[in-house]
Amino acid sequence: MTTIMDPTDERVPVARAISPRPPEITGTLALLDISKPRGNVLLDRLEELLRERLPDVAVNRYAKPTFTKPAPRVLRHEIKNDNDFVIEALAD
Amino acid sequence: MSALLPAFSLQDLDGRSHTFPRGTKSVVCFVKEDCPTCNLVMPLIDALHGESGLGVLVTGQTVDGNQVLARRHALNAPVLDDSELTVSFAYDVETVPLVIAADHEGVEADRLVGFDKNEWRAFFERHAAGATVDWDAYPDWRPGCGSLTQDPIIGERLRAASENSPLSARRVEIAPHDDVHEFMFDQGFSDGLPIVPPTPERVLRMLEGTSRDPQSLVATIPPNLAPATVEKIAVNAVLAGCRPEYLPVVIAAIEAACTDTFNVHGVMATTMGASPVMVVNGPIRQRIGMNMGLSALGQGNRANATIGRAVRLALRNVGGARPGGTERSTLGNPMKYSMCFAEWEERSPWPALHVERGFDAGESVVTLFAMTGGPSLIVDQTSRAARQLAGSFGMSMESAHNVRAHNMGDCILVVSPEHIDTLRTENYTKADVRNRIQEVTSRRLRELVADARSGAGLDPALAAGMPADKLDSLAPKFSSPGNIHLVVAGSEAGKFSAFFHGWASGPRGSMPVSRKIDDP
Repeated sequence: MTTIMDPTDERVPVARAISPRPPEITGTLALLDISKPRGNVLLDRLEELLRERLPDVAVNRYAKPTFTKPAPRVLRHEIKNDNDFVIEALAD
Repeated sequence: MSALLPAFSLQDLDGRSHTFPRGTKSVVCFVKEDCPTCNLVMPLIDALHGESGLGVLVTGQTVDGNQVLARRHALNAPVLDDSELTVSFAYDVETVPLVIAADHEGVEADRLVGFDKNEWRAFFERHAAGATVDWDAYPDWRPGCGSLTQDPIIGERLRAASENSPLSARRVEIAPHDDVHEFMFDQGFSDGLPIVPPTPERVLRMLEGTSRDPQSLVATIPPNLAPATVEKIAVNAVLAGCRPEYLPVVIAAIEAACTDTFNVHGVMATTMGASPVMVVNGPIRQRIGMNMGLSALGQGNRANATIGRAVRLALRNVGGARPGGTERSTLGNPMKYSMCFAEWEERSPWPALHVERGFDAGESVVTLFAMTGGPSLIVDQTSRAARQLAGSFGMSMESAHNVRAHNMGDCILVVSPEHIDTLRTENYTKADVRNRIQEVTSRRLRELVADARSGAGLDPALAAGMPADKLDSLAPKFSSPGNIHLVVAGSEAGKFSAFFHGWASGPRGSMPVSRKIDDP
């Protein structure tokens, strides 16, 4: 038997269940631009379509200061507190 | 003399358990078979056992040796198996024979180490006055022998396993039929090359390289935002093949990488394939044998290779930056295995990198740069004037990212000794080299507009809106001379220098970070 010390951060690898999908989209929806080029173009079009198909849903727009860094804690909390759904536009 | 002794339970040669304390006055003896003094005193120990009311426990340190001792001396006292050495370790036995008398509760009353006839006679008078011993048959004095627990390798094993072990990382047990190396590959601990199994003994040895508490927090590593303790970094340093004296460099580099300024998350994640490039300055270079001369940027030196690799493995294993996960490099980059070298300060006429960055020359410092390419060789074997050579540097460096990419961020220029000698002929300073690079790379904006030859460059629509004088203004390759970081390294032979080029520079990307190395 050989014993070695775990070099990782020791998170138990568990398969993450996705959160339950609501039957319909209601309330408030966040569109998050990670600030890669043309992410805003994608989100503009998406917002247009959402407003057309879901006129009762409020849409909030957010942007990360830079795509290279994780979203700041304050922004994450704001999105979580003020919205029921979030769609993130990834890149180019 | 009044300390409560550690309790234990061990089996004798017949498999019977004996516990201590035993509720009566007793004597615990630590012996090993190959110790002549232990053999000298075995009849005396057995004589003690014969005394009524005095239970003797002979604690032997090897399985085979215990049987030999019992047979050779026809012992009546039970010989207990401490071949795991846990009891010897708990008693901190340095020398055998060690004989300790204890009361019924296990409080130490008396102790003998080695053999001094007067001390042993006095011990017998105190604890076994009725025993008959021919003291004239014994020499006056004999030294004891080292306990097996003092063997360096065994000692490390015992220290790692003890309750007071400084290690707290999860222990992973690999079944005997499993191949250790294959197991580690399967777990994803490796960068693709073989790694050294981080056994507790090796990790303890690695921790000898620093005076920092193993559980102290060095940094929080993204993307997992996981705590990197000194111990976790030491585990990864073992994986990488480091020697303990390299550990302070690895720790300082992790500290530097995990600052918001360096932004290692973006560096490791970018599709551009950036990687930390580490430059070490100061006295630690020589002390740990780093390479700054021939092949300084290449393979063959353990310190250079494994320090860079340890940092990278810690980012992978603790932080979770793995290709295909958050690491999204389009092509990858061999620097992601390791890129660490030292500056040959003694061969340089200039202030060393760390001195330029505000440290004292006598301090040991590691500086991290986020680079996406290099080392790209600059070949100039014919320039004899400093101005010409620095011009060559600039003309070659203009290719970084794309010839039309101007006003770029950080780069590293590694100047070789022969090129240094050419620059010295005109006493060229670092500022002179930088200014010359900016001079030869400066282009009018109108030359940098995207066109049919290449779609890269200034947006034609943007250029169309610019006045003529704006289009005629000059844009150098680098946004400021300070973005050009000069380091001296390489062998005495060869008129070749090299440059590394950067990633997104500035506060929205990554900026170079230096950290003082805690050089004990």
